[in-house]
Amino acid sequence: MVDTRKVLTGIVVDEQIELTLSDLCRSCAVERERIIAFVEEGILTPKFVSSEQSEYRFLGSSVKRAARAVRLQRDLELNLAGVAVALDLLDEVERLRTRLRMYEE
Amino acid sequence: MQYKDYYKTLGIERDATQDKVKQAYRRLARKYHPDVSKEANAEEQFKAVGEAYEVLKDPEKRAAYDQLGSQWRAGQDFRPPPGWDAGFEFSGDDASVFSDFFESLFGQSVGARGERAGFSAQGQDHHAKVMIDIEDAYTGATRQISLHSPHLDSTGHVRTKDRTLNVKIPKGVRQGQSIRLTGQGDSGMGQGRAGDLYLEVEFRPHPLYRVKGRDVYIDLPLTPWEMALGAQVRVPTPAGPVDVNIPPSSQPGHKLRLAGRGIPAQNKGDLFVVLKVVLPPADTDKKRKIYEDMARELAFNPRQHMAV
Repeated sequence: MVDTRKVLTGIVVDEQIELTLSDLCRSCAVERERIIAFVEEGILTPKFVSSEQSEYRFLGSSVKRAARAVRLQRDLELNLAGVAVALDLLDEVERLRTRLRMYEE
Repeated sequence: MQYKDYYKTLGIERDATQDKVKQAYRRLARKYHPDVSKEANAEEQFKAVGEAYEVLKDPEKRAAYDQLGSQWRAGQDFRPPPGWDAGFEFSGDDASVFSDFFESLFGQSVGARGERAGFSAQGQDHHAKVMIDIEDAYTGATRQISLHSPHLDSTGHVRTKDRTLNVKIPKGVRQGQSIRLTGQGDSGMGQGRAGDLYLEVEFRPHPLYRVKGRDVYIDLPLTPWEMALGAQVRVPTPAGPVDVNIPPSSQPGHKLRLAGRGIPAQNKGDLFVVLKVVLPPADTDKKRKIYEDMARELAFNPRQHMAV
């Protein structure tokens, strides 16, 4: 199935984009409870919190983080605290790698 | 079809206990997990390890697999003997795609996700990576992307579908950001709408430029006299060459900031020119003489602060 003519235009999911709880659930194919658990563990931080969970709003960059969290949990059988630590360390490694590249020829 | 040695994949003996199987899997899964690993082929390795575990963790499947015998070697041409699996019953609801070898032995049943009449569900979103050049982020570009995505055929089996998409890479996109393509994920069931496709952007390593967020860095080699006296030099940038003034008395490691010449995101990044010195070799009498004159005339001690 090769369509060489049609060009698809997407949108960049960045800080300008807001996602609802159900957007995140769909993008990671998980139940609401899982995303809520991520929020309660501090793995995801909603940009806007309310007493109504359906009014939660997340930054666009949450998609990547949530998807990663789901994969780590599923593939490595990590618990929530383990996922949280792994994600923070992976972020740190990423930052350090970027800095390291600055010093390498 | 090639025979797969699942014990070898997990690096264990054929008589390993179930605990050992699990241990080996956990260790390799951590090592090759695509989110964690920087190993080459991490994703393929991770899939191979997952497939091996899928068989060896399940006593029924393991017994059936063992029954094929140990005379097989990995990669050897293989056909399952007729009736080899008589007496074993497999159930699985894993929607991941395994090798032909696995499918010929254990099939691929997908249970709960089969299509039901009158049932509507939104299609799943998909995530993939797209590699672009730094220059693409400056100008925007159209990239052809090949995707191999698992989907269910009409009989409920998982098949890999290859698709090629032409995708517009918007100007100003940054490393690690995702591009959302609405409706390009799984098709929905019944009246459900199709899922979306998320493409995570990654820059190919560039011989000249390094990227940090919105900012771009380039190392600029200079001569000692350009550093000392100042100069105007031509510097390549992803948007084309520019002339840059090197101030007199510059030192290696100094950064010159070209405001707004980084990634043209909504808040434009900067381009940093990092100064480097390259010394001409003293490989002729004439050149040596010039260095000797400098040593005498400049009488410069860069180690003064070390007080030795």
